[in-house]
Amino acid sequence: MDKAGVRWTTEQVLALAPDDSSRKAGNKLSTAGPWSEAGSSAAGAVWGLCKGSGSKPYRTVVDTTGPAYKCSCPSRKFPCKHALGLLLLRAADEAAVGEAEAPDWAREWLDTREKRSGGEGGGGGTAAPAADPEAARRRAERRAGRITAGAVELEQRLADLLRGGLASAEQAGYGLWEETAARMVDAQAPGLASRVRELGAIPGSGPGWPARLLEESSLLHLLNAGWLGLDGVPEPLATTVRTRVGLPSPSSGAPVRDHWLVLAQYDTSDGKVVTRRVWLRGRDSGRWALVLSFGAAGRSPQLSLPVGALLDAAVTPHGGGGQLRADWGEQFGAPGAVGGPPPGGSTSDALAAYGSALRDDPWLESWPVTLTDVIPVPGPGGGWQVADANGESALPLAPAALARPGLWKLAALSGGGPVTIFGECGHRGFHPLAGWSPEATGTVVLT
Amino acid sequence: MTDTTTTADRTSTLAGETAATATVPDAGGTPWEDLVVSALLGTDRRTPPAGILAAGKDAPVALLDAAALLTVRRRAGLLPARAAERPEPAPRDTRPPLPEPARQRLVQLLADRAAPAGAGGRRGTAPDLTELLPQWLATAGAYGYRAPASVLPALLDAARARTDLRPGALTFAGPRGLWLARLNPEWKFALRGAPGGSALPDVHDKEAVGALWQEGLFVERVTLLAAVRAAGPEAALELLASTWQTERAEDRLMFLDSLRTGLSGADEAFLEQALSDRSRNVRSTAAELLSALPRSALAGRMAARAVTCVSLDRTGDGSAIAVEAPHECDTDMQRDGVVATPPAGRGERSWWLGQLVEAAPLGVWPERLGGRAPEEIVTLPVRDGWQDELHAAWCRAAVRQRDAHWSRVLLGPPSASPAAGPGTSSFAERAKLLATLEGGERAEWVAAFIAAHGLSEAFQLLGVCAVPWADPLGRAVVDALDIARDAGSYPWSFSGVMGLAERCLNPSEAGRLELLTATPDETEAASPGAGGYWSEAFQRLVSTLRLRATMQAELAPPAPARRGVTPPSAGGRSC
Repeated sequence: MDKAGVRWTTEQVLALAPDDSSRKAGNKLSTAGPWSEAGSSAAGAVWGLCKGSGSKPYRTVVDTTGPAYKCSCPSRKFPCKHALGLLLLRAADEAAVGEAEAPDWAREWLDTREKRSGGEGGGGGTAAPAADPEAARRRAERRAGRITAGAVELEQRLADLLRGGLASAEQAGYGLWEETAARMVDAQAPGLASRVRELGAIPGSGPGWPARLLEESSLLHLLNAGWLGLDGVPEPLATTVRTRVGLPSPSSGAPVRDHWLVLAQYDTSDGKVVTRRVWLRGRDSGRWALVLSFGAAGRSPQLSLPVGALLDAAVTPHGGGGQLRADWGEQFGAPGAVGGPPPGGSTSDALAAYGSALRDDPWLESWPVTLTDVIPVPGPGGGWQVADANGESALPLAPAALARPGLWKLAALSGGGPVTIFGECGHRGFHPLAGWSPEATGTVVLT
Repeated sequence: MTDTTTTADRTSTLAGETAATATVPDAGGTPWEDLVVSALLGTDRRTPPAGILAAGKDAPVALLDAAALLTVRRRAGLLPARAAERPEPAPRDTRPPLPEPARQRLVQLLADRAAPAGAGGRRGTAPDLTELLPQWLATAGAYGYRAPASVLPALLDAARARTDLRPGALTFAGPRGLWLARLNPEWKFALRGAPGGSALPDVHDKEAVGALWQEGLFVERVTLLAAVRAAGPEAALELLASTWQTERAEDRLMFLDSLRTGLSGADEAFLEQALSDRSRNVRSTAAELLSALPRSALAGRMAARAVTCVSLDRTGDGSAIAVEAPHECDTDMQRDGVVATPPAGRGERSWWLGQLVEAAPLGVWPERLGGRAPEEIVTLPVRDGWQDELHAAWCRAAVRQRDAHWSRVLLGPPSASPAAGPGTSSFAERAKLLATLEGGERAEWVAAFIAAHGLSEAFQLLGVCAVPWADPLGRAVVDALDIARDAGSYPWSFSGVMGLAERCLNPSEAGRLELLTATPDETEAASPGAGGYWSEAFQRLVSTLRLRATMQAELAPPAPARRGVTPPSAGGRSC
């Protein structure tokens, strides 16, 4: 890690791409042809001029320690194809982006970044001027009141549902839930709203839906009960309830500096907002961290971390029991090469870890685990499982994982032999996100 | 709330979850199933089990409370499922791994695979990575690398979409690729046409060879046959004969076709037998193979028939050829592979003649035609309009018998107009004739042809030249492009040749080409803006050549391991 400026591999760069089309566009710019004045610094900065269709070339600068990107192109993609192309060029052809003195146009931006990060380090949270605490308290009270009214109303609806029978929910269709979800948005409880919306999708989800609908309804009821009886709930479970209901959970506690292994990065979209999830594990502390970033209206989320890299950085964990969410903080130096997978366990260990995490957060869908020495096995009926190499236990793969190309990468990586896999383990099964094999180099991205 | 965190009853398994919740059994099941039944029907219609109705709570709320408790308890107490039967591990691939830069390049080439081909005529200055994939695979294959496991799915997907990639991709994917393809129906193609990869038994181990021959998949059997044949043609024919009668017709055809490699006199007896096969396709393939053996009995029979049809014209001074096409196609001729019925629009007699001359050894003609050499023979006039028919048959014979001398003569000098050539004016057939020439001669012939006639007709001929193009050929193409630019046309009139040049020019030409990337001043004769487009096209050519050079360098094994690895010879491979 002392050596800054470690190159990102092609896969790591491709993993940063906000979408498929920028991956391809970046690929096209990954040869020396369109680039001039390309260079890099020992401190982890990379820059270059890229010939575009106009007369003036685009100025592209990347600070791999951020990571942060700047480009004079008008793209709203982040990082843009020029930044990707430049990093790909460097990944494939070190000589093309040799070490050099940064030109003025790149220097300027790099300097301001340096200054800013220095300032942040010294002054702590500088941000907005402290608001009137009394006004803030009154606002929070008003919102809590609205949420309470929403929760009461939602309880009523759930009771009605159970009184009339889930069978009627199938006939009522999606509209009923959509309307209820809208009421929860009005009540400023986005957490409740999204859970209600998910309930609406269950009756159409195939065999066994009544049981699943009962499960999810009862957990929503549990959440309502938790909110309505918040005074009797101990911390940090109370924080968990607040977060689950949809109140922002400010990152609390001290930043944790560690060598964070970037295990996975993947995006999900609800049609409006793209949510990017980045899983990290501290090499020294053994902590898990989940960094979320969001992109609205066609913009890709700002944060992109190279999967498989080891980053010396500080992250700030959020509050709440069982919550792994953290904010990405300052990064020190460029990414380093990774030795191998994080320590893991068997399939039973994985379920036990999920089980104990539920103690702190009963609404948890899944928990990050590393499975050591497991073999992906095709099951009957198109399903797959990962089985302990030594033993008779296995975890079925989550249905969502079966549709992803990562499944086949996993099968190829294993070739019927034991591998190590990182993924999310939950009540729906295991969702593989990254893999390691003794025969392959580095982290294989399975998202 | 605290209830939910009490000890969980560890009874449910993750796999059992669906089974337990998918069906709603009659009342009297587990507490959870009771709850689901009550919830489904509604508490108004069915009172929840008595145990959960705590005092002072509405039935629906009590039911939800109980369900929440059971849900969390069950999730917290999940046990692993029972492992299904594990797949047989993939056979070990002992080939050396790819050098890391080459692996990264492959990831990039495959990531670009699905990119839309440049819309319209303009492709920008960046190389078309997809077009470089076949070359990359060929080079990697020549070095004998093992494909990295993580790229196998993308590699198989690429091969699925592009049949031209399949042989290279599947060889490179190796045994693990085949193993993987068995698991995904989308990759079924790999099991049909894979060139080996799977572990073959020692060809001298009769028992193992026999077992695989009896039980193997078709692909495995073809591979086995090739391997056994490489070790000794007799053993291969013996193997083939052992099951010949019971093979399906299409399999017989494929097996027979595989004899094409290393065809020799030793195969004659077997092929003679196949001439009376039940299947017409098998019969004609056997005849074709036999006629490629100039010393075979069949070739002799065909020669005897052909010479009766072609002779010197006795009516004149003996410096013209007279043709008397056959009057019937008897059963002996048919047994020797002559197809009796002509395609629509062709006369029977000329159809038969063509087949006889095509199958007769070319060596019979000098003697038959007054001791003349081939170069004299092709200049002899042919009476009664038979010239095209006769020359076309000689062309096919030259290709079939891989006769470079006759091919050269039939092609004529490269400077001559194609229409006036002695053999054929069809570029497809000329390309086949060219393919019988040795690589250097082929490149020189095409270079001279381009110098004389320009690029517009050279496309197919370029396709049979060895990659990278030999120096004179590369220079001829670049000069012709330069001339086309000066003539003021647009580069997309030459996009086919341009694309070929990107893939086939020797990367070392990049430096020389750099000069052409400048945008020239617009002349009056030039099409508007053409200069800029040409500059762009040449830029792409240069950057593609540079990239190919980098790719080659990346694929070269690291220095200490270089010993014992033969560098890939690109000679003879066409792009």
